This record gives sequence, C-alpha cells and structure tokens, in this order.
Amino acid sequence: MRHPEEPGDEGSRRGLRVVGLWLALGWLGFAALPWNAIGGPGFTAFQWLATWPLDVRTAPAAVQLFKHGRLWFMPLAVALALPLLVFRTRMQDRTASRVLIGSGLLGLVTLIAIAFAIDITGWTWRPLAEIFGELPRRQPGLGYGALAVAAAALMALCHGLALRGWAKGDAFVAGAIGASIALVGLFTLYPISRLFLRVLLDRDGNVSLAALQARFAGSRIWERGGVVWNTLQLGLMTAVAATVLALCFALIVARTELPARRFVRVLSVLPMITPPFVVGLALIMLFGRAGAVNAVLEHAFGIVPTRWIYGLPGVWLAQTLALTPVAYLVLVGVVEGISPTLEEAAQTLRASRLRTFATVTLPLMAPGLANAFLIVFIESLADFGNPLLLGGNLEVLSVAIYFAIVGVQQDPGRAAALAIVLLALSLTLFVIQRRLLARRGFVTISGRSENANRLLLPRAVTGVALGLALPWAVLALIIYAMIFAGGFFEKWGLDRALTLRHYVTAFGVDVVNGSVLWTGGAWSSFFTSLTIAAVSAPLTAAFGLLIAYLLGRQQFAGKGAFEFLTMLPFALPGTVVGISYILAFNAPPIELAYTGIILVACFVFRDMTTSLRAGLASLTQIDPSLDEASATMRAGSFETLRRVVLPLMRPAIVAALVYSFISAMTSISAVIFLTSPRFDMATVNIVGRAEVGEYGYATAYASVLIVLMVLAVLLIRVLVGTRDLGQRQPAVAG
Amino acid sequence: MRTGRWMGRFLAGFAGVLGLFAGIAPAAAQEVTVLCNFEVDWCEALKTTYERTTGQKAVFIRRTDGESLAQIRAERSNPRADIYHAAESASAKQLAAEGLLEAYKSPYMAELHDWAQRIAEENKYFQTPIYTGVLGFGYNTELLAKKKLPEPKCWKDLANPAYKDEIQMANPGSSGTAFNTVSTILQLMGEDAGFKFLAAMNKNVNQYTRSGTAGIRAAGKGETTIGIAFLHDSVAQTAQGYPIKTVAPCEGTGYEIISSAIIKGAPNPEGARKWMDFVLSPAGQNVAITVNKFQIPSNKNAQTHPMAPKASEVKLIKLDLDKYGSKEGREYLLSRWENEVFKAPK
Repeated sequence: MRHPEEPGDEGSRRGLRVVGLWLALGWLGFAALPWNAIGGPGFTAFQWLATWPLDVRTAPAAVQLFKHGRLWFMPLAVALALPLLVFRTRMQDRTASRVLIGSGLLGLVTLIAIAFAIDITGWTWRPLAEIFGELPRRQPGLGYGALAVAAAALMALCHGLALRGWAKGDAFVAGAIGASIALVGLFTLYPISRLFLRVLLDRDGNVSLAALQARFAGSRIWERGGVVWNTLQLGLMTAVAATVLALCFALIVARTELPARRFVRVLSVLPMITPPFVVGLALIMLFGRAGAVNAVLEHAFGIVPTRWIYGLPGVWLAQTLALTPVAYLVLVGVVEGISPTLEEAAQTLRASRLRTFATVTLPLMAPGLANAFLIVFIESLADFGNPLLLGGNLEVLSVAIYFAIVGVQQDPGRAAALAIVLLALSLTLFVIQRRLLARRGFVTISGRSENANRLLLPRAVTGVALGLALPWAVLALIIYAMIFAGGFFEKWGLDRALTLRHYVTAFGVDVVNGSVLWTGGAWSSFFTSLTIAAVSAPLTAAFGLLIAYLLGRQQFAGKGAFEFLTMLPFALPGTVVGISYILAFNAPPIELAYTGIILVACFVFRDMTTSLRAGLASLTQIDPSLDEASATMRAGSFETLRRVVLPLMRPAIVAALVYSFISAMTSISAVIFLTSPRFDMATVNIVGRAEVGEYGYATAYASVLIVLMVLAVLLIRVLVGTRDLGQRQPAVAG
Repeated sequence: MRTGRWMGRFLAGFAGVLGLFAGIAPAAAQEVTVLCNFEVDWCEALKTTYERTTGQKAVFIRRTDGESLAQIRAERSNPRADIYHAAESASAKQLAAEGLLEAYKSPYMAELHDWAQRIAEENKYFQTPIYTGVLGFGYNTELLAKKKLPEPKCWKDLANPAYKDEIQMANPGSSGTAFNTVSTILQLMGEDAGFKFLAAMNKNVNQYTRSGTAGIRAAGKGETTIGIAFLHDSVAQTAQGYPIKTVAPCEGTGYEIISSAIIKGAPNPEGARKWMDFVLSPAGQNVAITVNKFQIPSNKNAQTHPMAPKASEVKLIKLDLDKYGSKEGREYLLSRWENEVFKAPK
C-alpha cells in the first residue's frame, strides 16, 4: 500500500495485484458460475451441477453467449478482458487508470442494463425482442455469476479511480467506499425509491400530480394534534428522557464507585433485549385500568381506575423504557473515553468538582449525547409496536403508514407520502446535529500517556443521577419480574396456579428411538431467529464500523451524500422497509423473497446505522495523529485500521455487535412482510400467540429469548474484550 | 498483501453466508403455500390435519387480511403463495377484479349451505366461503356490575350516555371488522340515521382500536366494559375464562363472509385445489372445534361448536355486502365516518 501523500510505483503495482484477484473472480463468475439464480433446491445442494454448464438455465454467461447466441453478454467479456492489458504492458498509471475506469464502467452499465431489460416475462422493451429474439417465459433473476462479475467490475473501477488519486490514492479505501456505496445503493436506495415513486401514482396506478398534492397538503396530517405533530412531540419527549436517563446510568457506571454498578450494566440492557410487544403488555398489566397499580390504588384510596396509559403517556413510557439502553450503549463508551487529563487540568486551575463537570466533562460528551439523542429520536419515530399496543387514539406516522398499506383503503401512495414526511423529520434532526457538532474538537484519546486519575462525579451530580436512575431501575425490575412470572402461571390475570405447561408447549423435546424430536411450537422460529441474528450481527457491525472509519477518517468526494445515504434505512419504520423489499426483491432481476438472505439484508442495512453512529462517536475521541503515526511507520490504511483504530474502538464494537444481534432478535415491524414458511421469526410467533390470548406461551417464549440474549451479550463482551487506556483507577475511598 | 488477504477472507465469508441461505432457498413447489389469515393456532391445526388426511405437504404464513392483500398485490408479477385463506369476501372480490385470483369450483360445492353456494356463484367461483360470523358485542359482566350499568341488549343502547368512555370498537379505516360494523349499522338504520347514531355512540367510545378483535380482548381483561366484535370472538373470550357475556343485538345485525381463494399463477395449482377441497370438506371445517373457534361453517355436514351462537337467537338483517365494497364506496363511507363521527365533538 502506498503512503497517502506520495504516489509510488510499488504501491500501484501492489494495487494491481489486488485487481488481478478480483478479475480472476470476475472471470470465474463469467465463465464458470451459473449466471442466473438457481431456483429449486439451491446452490449448495449441487443439483444444478447435473445440467451445468450447457443447459441455458444453469449456464454461465460465457456459455450463454457462445452456445445460445445471447449477444448481450459480449460487452461483459470486453469489460473483463480489457483490464488484462494493464498486466501485459508496463503501462503508465494514468493510462492504466483510464483502462480500469473504462472497463469497470462498461461492465457495471452492461450489467444494470441487462438486469432491467429482462424481467420475469422476458424483454421489458419490445424492440429488444426483435433484435435479440424472444426469451422463454419465467426468466430467473441474477445469480452468483452476475454477482462475481459485478464485484470484479466495481473493484476495477475503484482501483482505477484510486490510481487517479481519489480517496488519496488509497486502493483499500477506494475499494471499501465503492463496495459500501454499491451495497447501500442496492439494498437501500433501490428498494426505497421503488416505493417512493408510488407517491406519484394515484390509486388507479396513473401518474397524477393532483394525488401528489392531496397527499402532502392534506390538512389532517399537519394540523395541531395531527399525525405529524403527535409524532414530533413523542419523538422529542422520548429522546430527551432516554438521553438523560442513559447519561445518568453511564455516569454511575463510569464515574462512581457505587457497588450497584455491575447491576446497572446488566439491568440497563434488559428492556432492549425484550421483544417490544412484551414490555407493552407488561405495562398494561401494571398500569392498565385493570392493572396491579390501579387495583392497589383503588383498594387503598378509592381512586377510580382510569385509562391514562393508553395514549401519549403510555407510548412515551414504553419507548423510554425500550430506548434508554440504546442511548446508554452509545454513551457509555464516550463517557469512559473522556480523558481525565483535561479535568485534572481544570482542577489544577482551582475549579470545583461541580464546575469541572459542568464546563469540561459535560461539553466533552456532546458528540455522544447528540448521537444518542439522534438515534433515540429516529427510533421513536420508526417504532411501531408500542404505539400500536398502547397508543389509544394517538395517531403517529409509523402506524398511519402501516395502515395506509394494509388498512381498509389500501393506498401505497399515501404510505409513501407519509414515509417521506417521516424521513424528512429524521433527516432534519440529523442535519441540525451535524451543524451543531461541526468544527469542534472532542479528541480525548491521544498518544500521550495518561497519567491522571479517573475523576469521580461531584456528589450533587451523583445524587441527581441516582435519583433519576433508581426509580427507573426499580420499574424495569418489576416489569421483568412480571414477564418471567407470566410464563409460569396457568392463565395470566385469571388462574394463578403454577405450571410448566407453557414451557412444554413452546420448548418441548421428545426423544424417540435415540433421535431428538423438537416437538415444541417455538423451536422452528427460535432457531431461525437465532441463525439470522447470528449471521447478521457480525456483518452489521463490520459494515457499520467500516463505514464509520471511512466517514470519520477518510476524505473523499461525495462524502456528505454518502453519509446521508447511510441514514435512510434506519430513519424509516420497519414496515416501510419491509414492503419496499418485497416490491424490489420479489421478482427478477433480484429474487430474494422467501429466503433468509432478504431477512439478513434487511437487518444489516437497517441496523448498520447504529453501529456506524457508535463507531463515529468513538472515533471523534481518538486523536488522528495516532493514525498518522502508524502511517509514518509505513503501515497501510488497512493495517492502521486493524492494529490501531479497532482496538481503541472496542466499546463501539461491543455496542455494534450487541445492538445488531438484539435488534435482529427482537424486531417485528420490518419482518412482517419478509417472513416466509421456512423463515418464521420468533417475534412474529410471540405476537401471534399473544393475539389469541396465550400470554403464558408468549411470556415463556419471551423469557427464553431474554435469557438467551443476556448470554449472547456476555459472550460478545468476553470475545471482544475491553480497551486499556492506561488510565489509573482512582484510589478506593476509605 | 494485507488488503488482498482481507478481501479474500471477506469474500469467503460472504460466499459461505450466501451458500448457507441459498441452500434453503425456495424449493420447487411440492407443498402448498398458504397465506393464512386465521389466528395462528387455527392455522397450525389446519396444516397438521391437512397433512394427515391428504398426505400432502402444506406450509403457511400467518398474516392479517390486510397484510395478505398487500402481499398478494406486491407479488403480482411473481406469486409465491398458492392460497389466500380466510379472506374477507370483499377483499377477495377486489383481488378477483384485479385479475389476481384463479376461479375454482370444488366438488364439495354441493355440500355447502345455500348462502355459501350463492356467494361462490356470484363471485364466479373466484372465492368460496368457508364460514360466516355474526356481528354484535360483548361486555365484561364484573365491570358492568361494579359500575352498576344497565345490560346493553340493542345497538341503540350503546348510545346511552351511561356508558360514557366504556365502549371500544375498531377503526373502520384499519379494520375490516369495524368497516363491516359501520356498513351494517348504516344498512340497518338508514345512512343518515346510522351516522347520527354512530356520532352519539362516539361519546361513549374510549378508543378506536386498530385491530378488529382488540376491543373484545380489552373487555375480557377489564380494560374496557363493552367491546364491539363478532360473536365468535366474544364467545372465545368466555371460553378462555374471561367474564364476557355475548350479545346479539335486538334490532338484528349483519355478518361477515370469510372465503378461501386460489392465487393466480400459484406455483402449485394442483396443491392449491387440494387445499380448497380440504377446507370446504367437513374434515377441514371440523378443525375449528378442536381449537375452540365458534364460527358458523359453510359445509352443511360440518359440526358447529356447542358454545357457538345459535342461529335461532340471532336476527340477521338483509345485508348487501358489496354496498360499500368498491373503492369509491369505501372512500365515501370512511370520509363521512371521519367527518361526522370521529371528529365530532365529544
């Protein structure tokens, strides 16, 4: 790898070797792998080998081109052949970059053109049928061959650009940016734009500006007390509450010597690892009109039970309960990362502990607070389960969108319009946040040695933090006690006899003739959820942190637009993402519906933003001179990322893994449309059971999931480890 | 060569993941895939019995009616499911009009009640009814006694100011049940008088729920006193042990028709027809009793649950199911409801 500033011959030659590997993959895809997606038993079953490579359905592109006369594959052959020139001749970098860029573009454009020219019924544009001849019916989508060729063309393009000096000429960075843009474009921009274009269509499917105007100018959505107002109010209330509470928890954990610290760590994560439906249910059991609290109040003081929980207060409570841990995960790394040297300096200048906290510690946490606030706000806007269960007559955007899609008047155009409004709200806050944090320094982890003591919180602040955090913790504990107990009662609220029946129904196992039969009704969805979450969590974290590194440490043209793009899927309610995935990936060119890939893709691209934000918050604290030092010692950007930056980002890695695993295990709205018979998800199963009144089964299942996720979180912590910043621990107060 | 190695590893991992999932990608259609709008326990029992009695394979995806509708439309160019099971008659009618369903006349047609045969015929066999359910309401007997409220017997009782903030019904914009309720009331009382009644009842409604069955479930748990619902959903609460009494309104009431239909371009049309025959047969319809469902089956030879509402106790009005079923009809009903009922001062 070359040094960032001075292009060198050695670097570009090395870069070319990498291009060579990618080209080899491209040729493999072109000449050997089946070009089209293989239906039926699938790729790994190897049944496709029986008809490969000559049958047109399993043939690689090269065979389709020469044997079946499918001339449209010719430009791909050219695009893969041209870059070979770069290896043959000792070409100048400028010429080489032109060849690579040209062939990369040719390959990608041809591929996209093929993808959109052929759909399931054959040619989408009739004249093409006359030029190339008719295609058989039921055209399969793009397969592994196409994927390999696309990857090769993309990497050729990126290396070409790097040779011209894009991304400071760093081939690894250029390739990573290119791959990220392609993936985010494919799994975010493409499906969402397909849905959003519907806003232009009226209910009969014709382009209509009147429909567009009516959808946005509809007085009901903008008026005070209307759906936009409600959504905004709820989002801001939840974001403030969750950020403040999370700060209290983070401070208690990072800056006090209280014995309850460990307990707080575990407890604060609990609400997040709970399927959202279950917390809402427990809240009703507690605060509902027939709930425990009301029963006690009525018995003791004769207060007539009311339905206050249904509406803004209930949703706010449930969301704050569920989202405080998210904010905590973003914040705790930041709070722990603040270098005590600055605080010590303030104290040397005779500032009191309280003053130091207010003028040094708190401002240094600004990026963490802002990121936490942003994430909670956006998640509150996108939350669907809690408003549905506890909303009463409160109408918010996410629910309105869902019912625009599935309600009595199905109108995807209206759903698209509301989704655009929701997205606009989220992105406005995102822009404000960026403006506020721009051009201020928050670096606290530098290469200098840390010879300061970790500063304890001022007593007053500890008091406030405890005062806020304790009641909250107690509430969370009660709710968990109720959930766990629920699984052991015969019938929640009716029959208090203790039973193991629900666990047997859900997780029963029989051993017949030495083979294990998973007889419980929960097993299938349980294993599916676990597999999908285990696959998507590392992908999500890796992808999110990689993008965080690119955004936080690299300069390249189009960076602003790229960051904006990464926010899109997260800012949308799951239902919108779900339905747009079905619209985009059900039929060729890309057929993913009813597979596990569509679930994994949905989780990776939805949750990536949280990993990214945690990564960015953590990166702003790490002094870039550490990277520069590494670069000076001739380490490449990948080497620096791996050996310097990543180890310092351990808390962010933990946060990213934990969050994405949990999110995949507990999400429901996104997967409503994406589950299929073979890929039934745990949450969907729980909601289905709760719907028919089987609360015992639902809470038993939820309890098992909670325990499993606690174990997973602990495992992740152990595997990733913690970073050692070399801060001295404060002396234990006598 | 760090980069190369890293890319290689990444690629290997990626390919591994793809392989893992492609290995269990959609298989060639050997089983029938059912979009099942029943509750999940019923769907499961139906699948098991189907597999046992026919020796065929079935898989189901549990959906609400609106979700199924949205999904079938989204999959228009490449249908994945074979059966739209437990469709509301009006929903199936819409899909048939859009050319998304396949007509099928089952050999069991002759065994069906006359009403079911008539509806199948009217719909040119694009759908066949599997059950009907009667609309009404249920109330929580304990709460009613505690609050010393009169027993509601008729629709018009629900406008009694004594029930202020004690009634839940679903929002007709989101729930087919509620849409059906409003349509029934309008046809029972006449359009203007019907909206006037609904506006008066609005003062008593504490929440318009999203789901059609949420109100009666809330009544069961004591979160509200009265829930407007189908009688079979109300009886189900009683059967589960909640203190709910079910009422078939004295003025007479409407009903819903729930059908099954084959999706056009189904991957497994043969299996789809077998499924249709099964759910129209007594064996298929008797599954309901095993999972405590109280609907009225469409097959004359099928059994009805002993707790199910008796036809003799219910007065049905002459109902035009399609009166507000068209796109314009829906828009008309919902906009009047929103302006004259939902937004009316409380």
